Amino acid sequence: MTTLITILFFGVAYGMILYLISVGLSVTMGLMGFVNLAHGVFAMLGGYATVTLMNRIGIAFLPALAIGCVLVAVLGFVLERTLYRHLYGRSELDQVLFSFGLILVSVALVRIAWGPVAQPIRLPDYLKGQVTIFDLALPAYRLALVGFGTAVIAGLWFAFDRTLFGARIRAAVDNRAMAQSIGINTSRLFAAAFGLGTGLAALGGGLGADVLAIAPGYPLQYIIYFLIVVAVGGLGNIKGPFVAALAIGLSDTACRYFLPEAGSIFIFAFVFAVLIWRPNGIMERR
Amino acid sequence: METAALETRALNCSFEANHVITDVNFTLRPGERRALIGPNGAGKTTFVNLLTGRLRVSSGHVLLNGEDVTQLSEARRIRLGIGRTFQITSLFPKMTVRENVFLAVAECDGIAGNLFRSVFSHGRQLARVDELVHRVGLSDVADVPAQLLPYGRQRLLEIAVALALRPTILLLDEPAAGIPTAESHVILDIIATLPKEIAVLLIDHDMDLVFRFAQQISVLVRGSILVEGSPDDIAADSQVREVYLGDSKHGRPAAA
Amino acid sequence: MTTMPVSRNVSVTIRFGVIRSGLIRLLKLLPWLVIASLPLVLAGYEPLATQIFVMILFALSLDLLVGYAGIVTLGHAGLFGMGGYTAGILSVHGITDPLVTALCAMAVAAFTGLVFGVAMLRTKGLTLLMLTMASAALLYEIANKATGLTGGEDGLQGVAFSPLLGVFAFDFRGKTAFFYSLTVLFLVFSFVQVLINSPFGWSLRGIRENDARMAAIGCPIMRRRVIAYVIAAALAGLAGALQAQTTQFVALHSLGFELSGNILIMLILGGSGRLYGAFIGCPVFMLAQDQLAKQDPANWFLGLGVILIAFVMLAPGGILGIAARTVDAIKMRRRA
Repeated sequence: MTTLITILFFGVAYGMILYLISVGLSVTMGLMGFVNLAHGVFAMLGGYATVTLMNRIGIAFLPALAIGCVLVAVLGFVLERTLYRHLYGRSELDQVLFSFGLILVSVALVRIAWGPVAQPIRLPDYLKGQVTIFDLALPAYRLALVGFGTAVIAGLWFAFDRTLFGARIRAAVDNRAMAQSIGINTSRLFAAAFGLGTGLAALGGGLGADVLAIAPGYPLQYIIYFLIVVAVGGLGNIKGPFVAALAIGLSDTACRYFLPEAGSIFIFAFVFAVLIWRPNGIMERR
Repeated sequence: METAALETRALNCSFEANHVITDVNFTLRPGERRALIGPNGAGKTTFVNLLTGRLRVSSGHVLLNGEDVTQLSEARRIRLGIGRTFQITSLFPKMTVRENVFLAVAECDGIAGNLFRSVFSHGRQLARVDELVHRVGLSDVADVPAQLLPYGRQRLLEIAVALALRPTILLLDEPAAGIPTAESHVILDIIATLPKEIAVLLIDHDMDLVFRFAQQISVLVRGSILVEGSPDDIAADSQVREVYLGDSKHGRPAAA
Repeated sequence: MTTMPVSRNVSVTIRFGVIRSGLIRLLKLLPWLVIASLPLVLAGYEPLATQIFVMILFALSLDLLVGYAGIVTLGHAGLFGMGGYTAGILSVHGITDPLVTALCAMAVAAFTGLVFGVAMLRTKGLTLLMLTMASAALLYEIANKATGLTGGEDGLQGVAFSPLLGVFAFDFRGKTAFFYSLTVLFLVFSFVQVLINSPFGWSLRGIRENDARMAAIGCPIMRRRVIAYVIAAALAGLAGALQAQTTQFVALHSLGFELSGNILIMLILGGSGRLYGAFIGCPVFMLAQDQLAKQDPANWFLGLGVILIAFVMLAPGGILGIAARTVDAIKMRRRA
C-alpha cells in the first residue's frame, strides 16, 4: 500500500513537471499552428539558469528559479519576434527543420558553455530529506513539487478562464481570422503567449531539475514526452494536457517500478492506443 | 414516376442549438436544370455539403438515384455520380491544368492506383483530359500551373475537374463568384452546353445567370425551402421579393 | 476558338514522348557508368562510397514520403533498423545469402510500415510527427531490451554473409560491397522514377497539395498514403539490410533518432520532391561529417544547426531548389 502511494506521489510530481513544460507548447501550437520541436530547449535553459545562479552566484533556489524563468521568457519573446514569426505560414516541414536546427544550435552552445556532464543540483536544505504525513515518509522535494505545481497550475487556469489575456488567447485559438477582425492584436498576442509558454517551460525545467536531468542532450531526449503530452491532451487547450501529463507521469512511474525490463515500451504502446482511439486528443469534442 | 436523380427527405442539420438546415424535402429530376437561391447565410453551401457527404446530417435522408446514401462517405457518393465545384476555388495549385484534370479522370476511371505504368501510357485517359480541357476553353493554358491562372479561368478548371468524374448530378456552388459580369458569359456558355443527361443544381447570387439557366428555382431561407417554382413564378412571388429579390444587386430580371 | 484535333494531339504527345524518353534514358545512364568506373581510378574509397550509396537509397525512400506524399517523419530510422536487424539476425542464425536476407528485410520492414502506418496515418500535423518518433523509439526500446536477439547496446555480434550470387565474397577492400550497393541503388532509383510518373505517384502529389480536393474527387486518401508508407518502409528496410551486409555489423544507432534526423537533413540539403536531391545531399553531408564531426562534435552540431536555420529562412528547396531558381532567373533575363 505504501508503495502504491509512493508511486502515486512520484508519478504525480513527474506529471506536474511534464505539464508545466508542455502546456506552453500546447498553447503556442494551438495559437500559431507552429510545430516547435525546440520547446524543450527553453525548459533546459531554465534548468541551466537556475542551477548556475545557485551554484556559481550563490542565489537561493526560489529566487534563482524566478530569475531563470524571467530570463528564458525574455529570450523566448525575442526569438519569437526575430525568427519564429517569419515562419508562421510555412509548411510543416520547414517548421520542423527550423526548430530542429534551433535544437542543434542550443545543444552545441550549451555543451560548449557548460560541458557535456549533467548539472548537479544542490537542493536547499528545506527541500532535502523527508516529510512524514499520515505515517508516510515522502521526499520533501517531491512534496514541494506537487504543492508548487498545483499552485502554478491553478493560477494558470484562472488566468486562462478569467482574465482578458486568457480570453484573447482562447478566441485566437478558436478562430484566428475572427479574433483579428474583432480587434485583437494577434501578433502581439503570439509574442506574449510564446514568452509565457517558454517561461513556464523554464519553470518546469528548473523545478524538475532532479527529475529530468539538466544536460546538453535534454531537448533531444525529452521532446518526445512533451509532444506526447500535447498530442494526447489536444492542441490549444490547457486542461487536456494536464490529464495527459498526469497519465504519462503515473503510468511511466508505475511501469518503471513494476516492469523495469519493459522500459518505455509500455508508454509508447499506450500512447499509440490512445491516439488510435482519439486521433485529436482526449479532449476532442465528438 | 421516374426516380429522382437527387432527393432529400426531412433533412436536418444542426450544430448544438443552431439549426442550420430544417426539414428540407428537395427533389432534382434527371437532366433537370434547377437553381438554388437565397440570402447569404441561408445555408446553401451547407446544403451542398450535406448532399455530397462532406457534412453529416443530424436527421433525414439523402437519396442518389433512388439509393439512400445518408451514411455513405463523400468518396463513395462521388463514385455514385455526384459531383460539385467549390465556392472557394480548390485546385492543386502547383500542378498544371492537364494534371489537375488528369487526377480526377484517373480516379473516375479507376486507374489512379496504378503504380507501375507511366501516366503517359494511359492514352484513353489522356484523350479524355484533352477533351475536357478543350471543352472549358483552357487548351491554350493546358500546361500552366493552376495557381498562375487568372481567377476566372480557375473557375473554369473547377468545372472541368468536376466534369471529369462523369457525374450524373452536378452541384455548382457559385461558379461565377468573383467574376465580373462582363466575363461571366464564358462560364454561362459552358454551363449551357453541359450534357443533357446531367442534372444540374446551380447555387448563385447572380440573378442574370440564374434566370437564364434555370428551368426550376428553389428558394432557401434560414435553412428551409420557402418556395419552389418556375423562374416566372419566383419572380412574381411576393414573399420571395420581400425576402430576397428586393435587395438583390441585379434588381429585377429582364423576364419580369 | 479553333477546334483542336484531339486524337492527333494525344498520339503525337505519346510518340514524341517515347522518342524523347529513349534518348534521355541513354543520357541518364552515363553518370552511373562513370561512378561504376571509379574504383579503377580511386582506390581505397570504396567503403565510404558504399556507405554513401546506402544513405542515398535511404534518403530516396524518405523522399517518397516527405517530398511526394507529404508525410513528414522523424522516425524513418525505425524501418531502416528493422531491415538491418532482420538481415543481421537471419545471418547469425544461419541464413546468410545476401539477396534472400535483403528480401526478408524488405518484407519485415514493409510489414512494420503497414502496422504503424495504419495506426499513425489517420492523424496529422504534430500528432503524426510525434507518432513517427514514438514508433522508432518503441522499436529502439524493444531492440535495446531484447539483448538475447539483438545484442542490445553492444550491437549484433557474429554477422556474416555468404558470397553474393555464390561468387562475389564481401572482402576487406569492399569492391563487392561497392558494386552490389551501386546496382541495388540503380534498380531502386529506376523503380522510384516509374512510381513517381505513375497515376499513383501523381495522386500522392495531389494529396500533398490539397487533400480536401482529393477527397472531393473520390480518392481513397488513407489507402494511398498507407501504400506509399509501406513502399517507403520496404526501401528503407532494404537500405538497412545493405548496411548490415556491407559493414557486417548492426547496432542500436540504426534505429536511433539521430539517424532519423540526419537522413532528413541530408534529403533537405539536396532538395526534397526532386528525386536527385538525395544524390546531392547525402555525399555533401557525409563527406562534411566525415571530416568535421570527429574533430569537434559540438561545433559540428552548431554548424549544422546554423545551416539548417539559414536554409529554411533563406533557401527553401535545398541545393536543387537554389539551382532551379537560378535557372529560372536566367531564363527570365533572356526573355526580357
